[in-house]
Amino acid sequence: MNHPIDRNRSWPVARGRFGVPTRSGGMGLILCGLLLSRAVVATEIRQFDDPVKQERYERLLKDLRCLVCQNQSLADSDADLARDLRNEVYGIIQSGKSTEEAAQFLVDRYGDFVLYRPPFKGITVLLWSGPFLLLGGGFVFLWRQAKRRADRGSADSALSDEERTRLRQIQDRFQR
Amino acid sequence: MTTSRMRFALPLLVFALLVALLAVGLRLDPREVPSPLIGKPAPGFSLPQVAAAEQRLSLADLKGQVFLLNVWASWCLSCREEHPLLLELAKRGIVPIYGLNYKDERETAQAWLKRFGDPYRASAFDADGRIGIEWGVYGVPETFVVDKQGLIRYKQTGPITPEVLEKKILPLVRQLQEAA
Repeated sequence: MNHPIDRNRSWPVARGRFGVPTRSGGMGLILCGLLLSRAVVATEIRQFDDPVKQERYERLLKDLRCLVCQNQSLADSDADLARDLRNEVYGIIQSGKSTEEAAQFLVDRYGDFVLYRPPFKGITVLLWSGPFLLLGGGFVFLWRQAKRRADRGSADSALSDEERTRLRQIQDRFQR
Repeated sequence: MTTSRMRFALPLLVFALLVALLAVGLRLDPREVPSPLIGKPAPGFSLPQVAAAEQRLSLADLKGQVFLLNVWASWCLSCREEHPLLLELAKRGIVPIYGLNYKDERETAQAWLKRFGDPYRASAFDADGRIGIEWGVYGVPETFVVDKQGLIRYKQTGPITPEVLEKKILPLVRQLQEAA
């Protein structure tokens, strides 16, 4: 048919034993790379009667992941399925629905995976809060380390009475 | 002293945790996207059959039994890989297999079945892939296990292997068949 390469690539990237991509699988990967490096948007041009819808459509496509070429957005992907999904999104937006409703259509069928910005919920708590937890942990660690060093420093400077008298003796000797 | 030993133990522990995290991450296959449809009603369809355009296959016809829905296409190379397994399964008669022929052409699909054998009770002809989208299909082959109530209970992404069939699909099918 029109896009034989696309189709064979759609699932799975052909794999040999032990999941090592075979030559055709490798070719698929190279193709993905080529498509990526060509920074032009691969999609057909869509005209909306309403500029608001146009803006919604274009913004949404950049936030949706293509399931076939997973590191590309729906806007960038040349895959057959991406084209079909763009058609669906186009239809939904054209009918006057919001971007949320259009995104929900895809989430209902393909899961949160299609969203480049995963929602904050039970399973993604660590994903969203992890970096801040690490940052906070780092600060606590630094603070404790600094405090320990400071404590040790003051302990070193504290002289016993005996040491103090010896110090005074030395000072006296030099001052004469 | 314990504190000096701790000085080595803590970074080592952190390192071990990091290694464990990355090791798990390396084993995950990002191409296996979990389906949100598990446990949900199978999306309805009514499509012409591959064998004859005037005959239709709809979800309503399949209700009340446990069945497999296998998404296939004549242009799909991996489908050939799993095909002997499906033929054998059909022969064993444990569970009916229905096909969803995805974005194909009727003549090539028919020729493909003639050449490699036909394990399907019937195959629905989804030429534009709209029903595929409803089922969350993002590549071929995919296989769904649907229960008597019409709920999707399992999805296999990519070709079925003998291991998956014996250890996952068939035990699940038997369990679902025994359930009321």
